[in-house]
Amino acid sequence: MGCEMESDQPEDLDVVLTSMWPEDMNEAGRQFNVERPGADQDMLEEVTINKEPNIVDFQRLMELTNYSDKGNWQLAKLVKNWEFKQANVVRLLREELDQLSKQQQEVELKKLEILEEHRFEKDGYGGDKRPISILDENLRYLYQDAPKRRKDIIAQGEIVAIDAEYDSAVYWKQRAMHLEKLLEASLQREQVLVEKLQESIESLERQSTPVEELSQVLKRADNFLHFVLQNAPVVIGHQDKDMRYRFIFNHFPTLGEQDIIGKTDVEIFTGAGVKESQDFKTEVLERGLPAKREITFETELFGSKTFLIYVEPVFSKAGETIGVNYMGMEVTDQVRKREKMAKLREEIAVQKAKETELNKTIHITEETMRAKQMLATMSHEIRSPLSGVVSMTEILATTNLDKEQRQLLKVMLSSGDLVLQLINDILDLSKVESGVMKLEAAKFRPREVVKHVLQTAAASLQKLLTLEGHVAEDVPIEVIGDVLRIRQILTNLISNAIKFTHEGKVGINLYVVPETSDVNKEGSEKKSRDQPTLSANTNGNGHGDNSPSCEESELNNTSCDQNGDQMDQDKESRTKAEERVVWIRCDVYDTGIGIPEHAMSTLFKKYMQVGADTARKYGGTGLGLAICKQLVELMGGYLTVSSVEQHGSTFTFVLPYKVSSASDSDDTDELSDTDHLGDDGYDDDLNSGVFLFPPRTLGTLFSSQINGRIPKLLPNSYGNHCNGLLEESPLPCSSKGDVSEEGSDSSGGAMATASPVLDIDNLRPVAQQEQETASECSSTNRTGVEKSETKQHKILLVEDNKINIMVAKSMTKQLGYAIDVVSNGAEAVKAVQRSSYHLILMDVCMPVMDGLQATRLIRSYEETGSWDEAVKAGVEMEAMSNQSCSTSQVEETRKKRVPIVAMTANTVSESADECYANGMDSFVSKPITLQSLKQCLQRYLV
Amino acid sequence: MLGLSVEQLRADMNRLLAILFHQGVLDEQFLQLQQLQDESSPNFVSEVVTIYFHESEKLLRNLRALLVDKELSDYKKMGIHLNQLMGSSSSIGAQRLRNVCAAFRAASELNNRPGCLRALELLEYEYCYLKNKLHEFFQIEQQRMLAAAVRYPAPQQHRNNPQG
Repeated sequence: MGCEMESDQPEDLDVVLTSMWPEDMNEAGRQFNVERPGADQDMLEEVTINKEPNIVDFQRLMELTNYSDKGNWQLAKLVKNWEFKQANVVRLLREELDQLSKQQQEVELKKLEILEEHRFEKDGYGGDKRPISILDENLRYLYQDAPKRRKDIIAQGEIVAIDAEYDSAVYWKQRAMHLEKLLEASLQREQVLVEKLQESIESLERQSTPVEELSQVLKRADNFLHFVLQNAPVVIGHQDKDMRYRFIFNHFPTLGEQDIIGKTDVEIFTGAGVKESQDFKTEVLERGLPAKREITFETELFGSKTFLIYVEPVFSKAGETIGVNYMGMEVTDQVRKREKMAKLREEIAVQKAKETELNKTIHITEETMRAKQMLATMSHEIRSPLSGVVSMTEILATTNLDKEQRQLLKVMLSSGDLVLQLINDILDLSKVESGVMKLEAAKFRPREVVKHVLQTAAASLQKLLTLEGHVAEDVPIEVIGDVLRIRQILTNLISNAIKFTHEGKVGINLYVVPETSDVNKEGSEKKSRDQPTLSANTNGNGHGDNSPSCEESELNNTSCDQNGDQMDQDKESRTKAEERVVWIRCDVYDTGIGIPEHAMSTLFKKYMQVGADTARKYGGTGLGLAICKQLVELMGGYLTVSSVEQHGSTFTFVLPYKVSSASDSDDTDELSDTDHLGDDGYDDDLNSGVFLFPPRTLGTLFSSQINGRIPKLLPNSYGNHCNGLLEESPLPCSSKGDVSEEGSDSSGGAMATASPVLDIDNLRPVAQQEQETASECSSTNRTGVEKSETKQHKILLVEDNKINIMVAKSMTKQLGYAIDVVSNGAEAVKAVQRSSYHLILMDVCMPVMDGLQATRLIRSYEETGSWDEAVKAGVEMEAMSNQSCSTSQVEETRKKRVPIVAMTANTVSESADECYANGMDSFVSKPITLQSLKQCLQRYLV
Repeated sequence: MLGLSVEQLRADMNRLLAILFHQGVLDEQFLQLQQLQDESSPNFVSEVVTIYFHESEKLLRNLRALLVDKELSDYKKMGIHLNQLMGSSSSIGAQRLRNVCAAFRAASELNNRPGCLRALELLEYEYCYLKNKLHEFFQIEQQRMLAAAVRYPAPQQHRNNPQG
């Protein structure tokens, strides 16, 4: 039994054949079973192993096995294994021998037994013949212990059955024969055993040598390795400490053995990565620690490939590094994939970032839109009640208030107006921005607009500034456009200019520019607006595509008349009757504080002012210019600015206007007619290009117009000034050329001398009186500026009752007359002395001197030509000096009888007869009515 | 205030005027005055009437002062004042005041002091009545204007020249 146990063990040991694997192989590697060589031989035989890629420097291998620890160890393991196997075989043989010798003993014993039996039988031949079976039994025990394996061989002691009678001759014979047979068998067995032994010895002799065994094992391992590595993209190699290849395994070799063995990487390859790998290996060699690295090769030999390289140092027994083992795996695809992945991931990240950014922007935009909408809505909501407040305040201002209340109201009004204006601005802006703003097209006269804007500005001017306007002659009398918006722009720019100008002048220059694109080019530093470039484009198309698009562009009110002669002609021939487009440039210039360079960019932005200082000092919201710009752009023009700090700014906007040619020519004809006819001045503003509003100081309000201010401000002088400001801006030049320019200048000069128009109605009576004292001649000119000749009639009202004065004045005004008022007869006499009247309305009952007496005195003067009567009556007459100067006038007036109409209250004392008796021509009964007054005036003022 | 429509206020005004005409307090001259009121002088009537009241009050004060002085009642001066008052009253169409003035003047010309005093009292009464009624009238008118202004703010804004 013990033998059997022993014989099992070698089998177990055989299973573990770890020594074939690298020492540092992981546990997973160990799990691979390597079976007994005999069993797998067949399997491996089926595999054809390509041995070629295996290139070995055998000498080196021997050296390695001899010198390196690893090789030594591997060899030892192999030897140990072989020894173990041998011992196992020896044990088996010994066991066999033991068995055989046992069997032999048995046989011997049997033999003895048999012999003894026979002897016993002899002895007991006559005596007791009973066999003793004790031994037999014992033997049987022994036999049973024999190894079962050999049972077939072991012959059991058989009891031969003998039929013959005991102790007979036959019996003995038979018995002998039987024994003989047994012996024979025994001998035979012995023979077999001997043969077997012989065989065993022979087989023992035939057993292989350890070297053979070892090489077999190695070969097997080699085969396995080949099998495994057959298609793997790996390169395995060993290099000595000079980095020369001693061994290389490469499944896809491109170089022969002789090209590699004994050479270094650098010697074999050229290209990127070779040096790096060499350095890496050297580093590993020096540091003595295994390492991994990914290296990308770019060589002529195998192109661009990435290898993951594992390098481990190989130590000698003495612990010195004698070389490196190196294993490379191609991971080009993986690297590529990895890089792709990284790129993708990056792109995704970028995309995501963009998306969030976009979302943010969208969100902000939405918010802004909502805020704007809100602002607009709120502004609108605020405007309605606010305008209520402002109008109420205005009404309140007309009621009877004391001084303080009036002051407070004034503040209220101005603040209210300011807020209202601001809200209107905001609404305008949001309108323009949202594209809701509709432009109207209506005929208007640019000169009137300029005049009116300047007039308005002058009226509310609180500084000593000269306001001037110059409209070139070639600007059409009437153009079509949105006059309200244009006026808004002008007013805005002018008030802006006034706000930032402390001395000097503010003015408007209006002239036709022939070509928008030209102006754009030369013109100020601003980016070209959308509109002009757009129109230029359509023009280009028009050339190519011929008429249809050209028509379109005309319809679109873009300027197409400048580009190309052919088109010009084309257009002229076709559209003579239609309106043409004229581009008018408007400069609003001032001599104010100017705009610093850095503020130019933000100038037109909403709520932006030049600086925080400006806002504090000058107020305002910074909306004005933004609105102007948007409006101008909405109308298809552009707004630019140029400025010199401390010298002034010039805002320029160029707008296209339609001109209806038919009405234009009519108008000019008419106007030129009237122009020829007279200098009477009331039609003056229509074609006069120059408006001048000199600084207004108290008292010189009117007289200053006539003095020598105007020559100083001729168009030329400020034209030069203006040019200094806008360096690049061209001179106002019309399409007609130099001649017309000169013409316009001269005409401008001529017109400048004509008295400018400034009629402030409520000031007129005072003015008249003032002028009456100053010079009679001018006063006659001044009286009736506005209407017909009837206005030139002078009426004197003599009345002491304030109420009656008010009523009468209001009535005459409504009838179209202006009147002078004096409050008693004496004053009436003085007034008549000063000036001649066409009609006198005389109250009868008055203090100081009644109407009757006054009439008498006036009549006596008319008859005698002297005021002696009056002087006698106690009227303090003025110095008679004027009599000399106006003798001719006296002569003239003396002939005339001034109609004097009495106003009677129909009382007892004021009888009609008395009136007539005192020289009155007629009477109207009090209270006077509009009807009676009208009749009276019509009767006496023809 | 905004609840009252312009039309209603106008109707109120017309009703009040009708009453005054019916009572003879006012006459057609007041309508003349109203005709003179136009855009150029939107508050003409009230302006005139305000001045009228101002002047009249002065005159009434003077008249009373003249009458109070028992010994030296200056009837001539009184006549001038009354003339003034009568003239302006007729100018604005205050018919009843004018009539009372005429009576007053007649009494003053007769140096009838008790008559004058009676006439003065009547004059003052009439004056107060007229003043109250016209005050009411102008108040309604003002309300009407406000209502109209609130309804149609556009012309108001246009008149305010932008300064920005």
